[in-house]
Amino acid sequence: MSQTIKLTKGFDINLAGKAAKVVSEAPKPETFAIKPTDFPSITRPKLMVDEGDAVKAGTPLLFDKMTENVLYCSPVSGEIAQIKRGDKRKLLEIVILADKENEYESFDKFSISDIRSGLSKEKALEQMLKAGVWPNVIQRPYGIVANPQDEPKAIFISAFDTHPLAPDYDFAYKGQEEAFQAGLEIIKKITKGTVHLNVSADNENSKMFSQAENVQINKFSGPHPAGNVGVQIHHLDPIGKGDIAWTVKPYGVIQIGKLFLEGRYDASKIIALTGSEVKEPKYYKTFSGASIKNIIKDNIKGDHVRYVSGNPLTGERINADGYLSFYDEQITVLPEGDFEELLGWIKPTTKKLSFYRAIGLLSFLNKKKEYVLNTNTNGEERAFVMTGRFEKVLPMDILPMYLFKAIMAEDFDEMEALGILELVEEDVALCEFIDVSKHDLQRILRTGINLMING
Amino acid sequence: MNPIQKFFDKIEPLFEKGGKYEKYYTLYEGHRTILFRPKLVTAQKGVQIRDANDLKRTMITVVIAMIPCLLFGIWNIGHQHFLAIGETATFMQKVGIGAMQALPIIIVSYAVGLGTEFAICVIRNHPVNEGYLVTGMLIALIMPPYIPLWQVALATVFAVIIAKEVFGGTGMNILNIALTARAFLYFAYPTDISGAVWTYLGDATPVDGYTGATALAVAYDTGLNGAGTVLEAFSNYWAEGMYTFQNMFLGAIPGSIGETSTLCVLVGALILIITGVGSWKIILSVFAGAWLMGLGFNAIGYNAFMDMPAHYHLVIGGLAFGAVFMATDPVSAAHTETGKWIYGILIGVLTVIIRVFNPAYPEGIMLAILLMNVFAPLIDHYVVQSNKNRRLKRATV
Repeated sequence: MSQTIKLTKGFDINLAGKAAKVVSEAPKPETFAIKPTDFPSITRPKLMVDEGDAVKAGTPLLFDKMTENVLYCSPVSGEIAQIKRGDKRKLLEIVILADKENEYESFDKFSISDIRSGLSKEKALEQMLKAGVWPNVIQRPYGIVANPQDEPKAIFISAFDTHPLAPDYDFAYKGQEEAFQAGLEIIKKITKGTVHLNVSADNENSKMFSQAENVQINKFSGPHPAGNVGVQIHHLDPIGKGDIAWTVKPYGVIQIGKLFLEGRYDASKIIALTGSEVKEPKYYKTFSGASIKNIIKDNIKGDHVRYVSGNPLTGERINADGYLSFYDEQITVLPEGDFEELLGWIKPTTKKLSFYRAIGLLSFLNKKKEYVLNTNTNGEERAFVMTGRFEKVLPMDILPMYLFKAIMAEDFDEMEALGILELVEEDVALCEFIDVSKHDLQRILRTGINLMING
Repeated sequence: MNPIQKFFDKIEPLFEKGGKYEKYYTLYEGHRTILFRPKLVTAQKGVQIRDANDLKRTMITVVIAMIPCLLFGIWNIGHQHFLAIGETATFMQKVGIGAMQALPIIIVSYAVGLGTEFAICVIRNHPVNEGYLVTGMLIALIMPPYIPLWQVALATVFAVIIAKEVFGGTGMNILNIALTARAFLYFAYPTDISGAVWTYLGDATPVDGYTGATALAVAYDTGLNGAGTVLEAFSNYWAEGMYTFQNMFLGAIPGSIGETSTLCVLVGALILIITGVGSWKIILSVFAGAWLMGLGFNAIGYNAFMDMPAHYHLVIGGLAFGAVFMATDPVSAAHTETGKWIYGILIGVLTVIIRVFNPAYPEGIMLAILLMNVFAPLIDHYVVQSNKNRRLKRATV
């Protein structure tokens, strides 16, 4: 039964620097990278290549010792240029020097009717694992790459992203209807449960989503985080102890579909270059794991900026020649805020955005304004003082402050009882944004999740 | 670069590790961050931008909300003074007398409180917190105008150390800090904090018939003696028109510096509610609890105090001030939204019960809030438990 769910809690962060609906081709980046740190489930990565090896798009580069059959593959063809390690030889990046023309590993091809009728679940799983598309399948609880041996109770796909400056999926995936539907068919094969496709009730949805077949289409309305799949799961079929659900982003569905329709691991990606410090924010066609160097070239305003892979709420700071993270479809460029401001804690301002209306914070008067926010924390870390605020930006029946305190106390029973199984970082990102005590709540949550995983 | 920044940069090495005053780094940092929002930036992973609000701004909002009470209180000290000695005076004369009484109390409260706090920050090496911005003003506003300054100092030191720092500082305390200061005075110097302290007389002799009794004391005595109704006793008060409902609502009555004017308290409440800093649920439910309990006592009608119209409870004593500025302290109040309703209503109910029954101590709001501070975690426990139970129930289906 398809559902329509209205959410009222949350907060839309309206920032300057939204991507114009134009796709540009930047000069192809010279290097690409797979970063094992993008996958929180990888604890003991095993390399399958050496520096100097030639690879094709879809050639496996590494796997995790705990789940040996999940292969992480090269997005492009080329030569392994560097294997970057950090402290204690921790594997940080596998850098690939790309060929001019992409060559692909070839996998089995199917027509859409073959996929519907002929293809078995085992064969589908095998090809997904081998060709590098499996890491698109994420397990809840914990937000880690799914274990193919599990039987999820349902699979959830959020067809819209409500994060600030997020790419518009309808625009970015135009023309991919067939691959998307093929991907849905494959996903339908690997679960006995329902496949939920959750679309926005506030905006028009492209046919790709609104006319998708063989799935349950649910509608969600409301401010961010309405587009977060975790919030949607909470309202459709919440995760309790012992439950396992999987989630896939639309990009993943399309990639899976292409693998079976075209017989290749297609890591091409439309990404949005956004943020107030970008001269012309717009979309670019590139590949997963691309170096952002060529994309940002000559398109940045300030000289003291921060490059973020992902959106301003959940992203990660990278260098000007850093690499796009595996799951990200967005680069955000923000002004750095590492300067002091005279009486900045009390001065009245219309330039800074606040969820609150505390004395002098006037942003609530102008909700339509697009804000330019820098990376300053706007205050120092303190003990939790304010109460009842996190609840207002988390549309779930969860008491976040109690959960965070349970995590800090490393109390496993409390963490579980208070709902840690239902959350991943992005769900508490707004809590972190509005926290007047300036805690790193996403990091704290991940610490708790890791405790739960490692028992 | 600003010359003050230059100065701070110049002296910074003295306070850094290995510097001459490294022990006092927290004070250096505390002063610098009061003048300048620090240059801290968001972490590598997680939110890259942060809300403009922080604890400092939140706290200063509460202080600003208290300013109407403070200004009115200063005028009122002078007003009560000239009323008691039977002289007429201009507005400025009243404010002058009031300021001379109130400002030393505020200065002592801040100086002693911050001094204690700084000392502890240095000893325990934790950052200077802004919580005392609010506490310092609260302590001053709930002091009687004629209190000896050494008592203010002693109560402040006691409250900061025993109510706050031993629990770990701002955010960790169980009891409301300012109320702990007041409670300390009540139990340590009971004779000094009744009767004459409510009105500043100075060297002058009061007019004939002057008592200085507060509305609560009048109401309580009437209840005890059974001579007529409370409203009659109010109208027989030595100063005519003092204890009418309207005058008590406006606040030109004897009492602690900031608590007398219900009107000014409501202006503060409006600021707290609009800015979202104070919980409207708590404010509303304290008033509702007190009023309902007043109605309940009306129905029983055992003595004259019980018969006092219920809405009088909302304007006499410190109920309004306590409801708006003390009960809403987010740290010592209930932390859950459902819990806040229960917590507030019980404060209101208990306040009126204590007022009517407690023989030694007519003001109920202080003890009611402190008692509910202690019970707030219990209320929260049950609210949190029901949240957990909902999750458990779902899992077994």
